[in-house]
Amino acid sequence: MRELNGAARHRIGFTLNGRAVSGWAEPRLLLTDFLRQELGETGTHVGCEHGICGACTIRIDGRAVRGCLYLAVQADGREVQTVEGLADPDGALNALQRAFRKHHALQCGYCTPGLLMSLTDLFARTPRPSEAQILDVVGGHLCRCTGYAGIMAAAREVAAEP
Amino acid sequence: MKPPRFDYVRPDTVEEALAVLADFGDEAQVIAGGQSLMAMLNLRLAGPRVLVDISRLEALSTCQETGDCLEIGAAVTQADLLDRADLAEAVPLLALALPHVGHAQTRNRGTVCGSLAHGDPSSELPLCLAALEGQVVLRSTRGERRLDAAQFQTGLLSTAREADELIVAARFPLRRAGAGHAFAEVARRHGDFAIVGLAAVAHDGQVRLGVAGIADRPEIREWPFEREDIDAVLNRLAWDLDAADDLHASARYRRDIVRGLGPKVIAEARSCAN
Repeated sequence: MRELNGAARHRIGFTLNGRAVSGWAEPRLLLTDFLRQELGETGTHVGCEHGICGACTIRIDGRAVRGCLYLAVQADGREVQTVEGLADPDGALNALQRAFRKHHALQCGYCTPGLLMSLTDLFARTPRPSEAQILDVVGGHLCRCTGYAGIMAAAREVAAEP
Repeated sequence: MKPPRFDYVRPDTVEEALAVLADFGDEAQVIAGGQSLMAMLNLRLAGPRVLVDISRLEALSTCQETGDCLEIGAAVTQADLLDRADLAEAVPLLALALPHVGHAQTRNRGTVCGSLAHGDPSSELPLCLAALEGQVVLRSTRGERRLDAAQFQTGLLSTAREADELIVAARFPLRRAGAGHAFAEVARRHGDFAIVGLAAVAHDGQVRLGVAGIADRPEIREWPFEREDIDAVLNRLAWDLDAADDLHASARYRRDIVRGLGPKVIAEARSCAN
């Protein structure tokens, strides 16, 4: 049984975008804050912090989840994928990111990392998703610039790619 | 906001989890998917002394048909269940309702039993359990007991679970031959909390209708197919539930959903029955 004192910081390690990382966390530390503040990976954005807006969506063990509803200590030993893991190491954007740029699927960009991770998750599971399946996933996000038309256009284009 | 300070315990067995709950009682809080609890911690609506994480317990991660029920372990996520190819055949109402439970991103983490434990009056899974007359399996160091859905949820966000008990599974009755099912809800946005949710089961000349989002728990009514005054039955039900106005909808709007959507849900369940 793992027992962690709430007043102390504990060593946490997991795989982030394919490489082993570790840092220190109190049990109450959210995974989003661990990623941003402890590891310096600020691609994951923090919005509402109660699971509604979707800005913090990341993938854990191949499933899109809300980073703000996940404790850093719960991620110990897991495989975590964030927006930093999408582009090639040389910085070249992947197909989904290129489609977002082409279709103006981002305006202020705040919701973008979460949407990219949710759609990455969808395409990993369902390479040719239907309109309804795309809508279901995009519906789990809020874009306060209301740029949904561009986001849907980008997702449709990737869904139609050979 | 950020959660308040708590100790964190991750038991390796159900027995270890039960021992922690026996020691700490209502100062302990069980977390499985945490899709309601984490939000409550972040908003500081919950402040346990110790958080007991059961999400990695293998013994609670299985879903199996036992007798006439699908028994769903406490660590089984809503997405795990939706991924079952045979769900629409085994428990059709769950296959219909689960896509309305939160969003894909929260279903990936949220558990079926966690939804039942939380006991939100507008939530879909307690409604399904009540409409199907399922059960919740509770275990403690004192033993195990099974509670019917109607005994389990005692009101708004409250259940009959004792402080030292762990919900180990939920039992959803398997589809009875010839039964028809339907589910519908009205929400501001797909995936948001339902303003009103409706579940209907048609079987053996009887209709069971469950309503969530009005009373402090799912309310169930049953009547024979032959009743011709269905509009009157639904109107009386709508008033019986004593709807209240809130930020999301007026009492009258909630009654209108029962009167307007009710007949469609019932007709759909009946059309699927044979």
